[in-house]
Amino acid sequence: MTATATEPGRAGATRDDRVASRSLAARLLSRPEVGSLIGAIVIFLLFMAVAVPFRNVANVGTILYGASTIGIMAVPVALLMIGGEFDLSAGVAATTSGLSASLIAWNLGLNVWVGVVLALVVSVAVGAFNGWLLFKTGLPSFLVTLGTFFILQGVNLGVTRLLTGNVASADISDMDGFAGAQKVFGSEFALGPVTVKITVIYWIVLTLVAAHVLLRTRAGNWIFAVGGDAAAARAVGVPVKATKIGLFMAVGFCAWLSGMHLLFQFNTVQSGEGVGKEFIFIIAAVIGGCLLTGGYGSVVGASIGALIFGMTQLGINYAGWNPDWFKTFLGVMLVLATVVNVYVKMKADRR
Amino acid sequence: MVTGTLAALVLAACSSSGGKQPAQASGAAQAGVADTPRMTIALITHAPPGDTFWDLVRKGAEAAAKKDNVDLQFQSDPDGANQANLVQSAIDKKVDGIAVTLAKPDAMKANVEKAVQGGIPVVALNGGIEDWKAMGVQGYFGQDEKIAGEAAGERLKTDGAKKALCVIQEQGHVGLEARCDGAKATFPDTEKIYVTGTDMPSVQAAITSKLQQDPAIDRVLTLGAPFALTAVKSVKDASSSAKVVTFDTNKDLVTAIKNGEVEWAVDQQPYLQGYLAVDSLWLYKVNGNTIGGGQATLTGPAFIDKTNVANVEKFAANGTR
Repeated sequence: MTATATEPGRAGATRDDRVASRSLAARLLSRPEVGSLIGAIVIFLLFMAVAVPFRNVANVGTILYGASTIGIMAVPVALLMIGGEFDLSAGVAATTSGLSASLIAWNLGLNVWVGVVLALVVSVAVGAFNGWLLFKTGLPSFLVTLGTFFILQGVNLGVTRLLTGNVASADISDMDGFAGAQKVFGSEFALGPVTVKITVIYWIVLTLVAAHVLLRTRAGNWIFAVGGDAAAARAVGVPVKATKIGLFMAVGFCAWLSGMHLLFQFNTVQSGEGVGKEFIFIIAAVIGGCLLTGGYGSVVGASIGALIFGMTQLGINYAGWNPDWFKTFLGVMLVLATVVNVYVKMKADRR
Repeated sequence: MVTGTLAALVLAACSSSGGKQPAQASGAAQAGVADTPRMTIALITHAPPGDTFWDLVRKGAEAAAKKDNVDLQFQSDPDGANQANLVQSAIDKKVDGIAVTLAKPDAMKANVEKAVQGGIPVVALNGGIEDWKAMGVQGYFGQDEKIAGEAAGERLKTDGAKKALCVIQEQGHVGLEARCDGAKATFPDTEKIYVTGTDMPSVQAAITSKLQQDPAIDRVLTLGAPFALTAVKSVKDASSSAKVVTFDTNKDLVTAIKNGEVEWAVDQQPYLQGYLAVDSLWLYKVNGNTIGGGQATLTGPAFIDKTNVANVEKFAANGTR
């Protein structure tokens, strides 16, 4: 076992190739997240070369923050995609969560924490509803969650206006519990010269936990199984329904986390926010090596995808490029990252 | 014991400060109702859903509708072609008047002209100051975005600013571009940046990164109240000494001006735009009046800063400024 890694050339030559060990390099390169890692390094080097402020260590905090707000959602979305489903309601669900906490606390004059806890219930329930509807109707999750996406957009606006008479939640920064909740969801601390926002910590912890669950636990095997072939998984006793509904609820939980950040970072939540973010989460997961068909992918990759997105978005500003072309640069960067990803995977598979 | 704990929990759950105030008035100026016959007016805008600025336009229009005994049908779609369809559906419904924003004039032209030719009085508001006359629209209520931008630039100059960053939250929006261009015309050292308006954390990170990239920037000029409040956080993140100034206001922004977090705001009085648009159609229907004498009726720019914020504050608390 240990020797094979150091003798790459000869391994597998004389034995049955199904049980042959592959070289360390080949094994590394065939990991789904490797392509995105190389893409991230390329983009990092590019901006290091062209953007002076990008080289300033103190600015790392800004880039990590940009990446973390995407990454917190990209991680559960990647898990869900590996499990073979989409969630198009993930972006507006975060807005729903922030609005719920704020409106409940403000409208009833409750401690902000009560709103926070009830918002968690709402968010996880939205996830469970998505999963339930998926199995009840038998429709593709693309359609089911597209429905939820529109429903939540309307609810966000309608309920906010109904309760406050305005289209943004009222400022709750003067209410009991706000200061404490802000420490938990919207604070920051200095790590040497870098100001780290708390979302970065959540992002890293979520990535580690999700990666562990996916690669080291039975639940992780179930996720790969239901995404690869749900019927076969069911036949060998994998609880398909519970696994998928659980994944939707995980997305709900993370939507709650980002919703709380939205609320406690900005004190109010605009009811029209979050539209369009769902695709960014999916893109981050795809850059990170998730297949659109399910059954294959990585949460670490999705986090690297979020990092690529954060670096590109802010790197363009740091480089001071003509802002008219911002979206074009963004698109080209993303395509490049994905192409590198696919190329590396292809090379690795051939070995 | 259990009930005691429960009661304590329930008490602890209540907030001792803030929250909804029971005496909160619904806003709109209170007045009598006209005894003219009930009429239907469609207000068709390019507002994205859930935007605080457009909420003020709508509240102004609703206040006028209430006083004038008008059945107000508020509709909006940010997409030009869809907004034009809304005009067509208003024609189909045979409404008594149409108030419309012309932010995307080319898309709107055909249907607006159809309404005018069909004998439905049309007024324009907020956007389209260059185009409303050619379409046969009988009045315009709004500000000239270019003039407003120039006024902001002048103000930056008198404030002694060195370099300004103009934050555009919606790419390809002519009104927002005109504001930045206007500011650039009178304050040449103005740079543009595009951000995704529907994603606040990314707005914050984008402005922060720009301030880190260019420490010479000492003013951040945002084009909407929520973005000004976010820019305040970016300035702090970037440890920049830049000051934040903005177009348009809302309740929280008025508080921010009072606290000194935001220096000033260019106010175009959205409530007034909605109010005048509906009221002018009513006047035309019941008395044949038109407003503006063939010229645009400007509702701005006016500046709100520390010197006059107290006056605006009491109305902002009602959600009407």
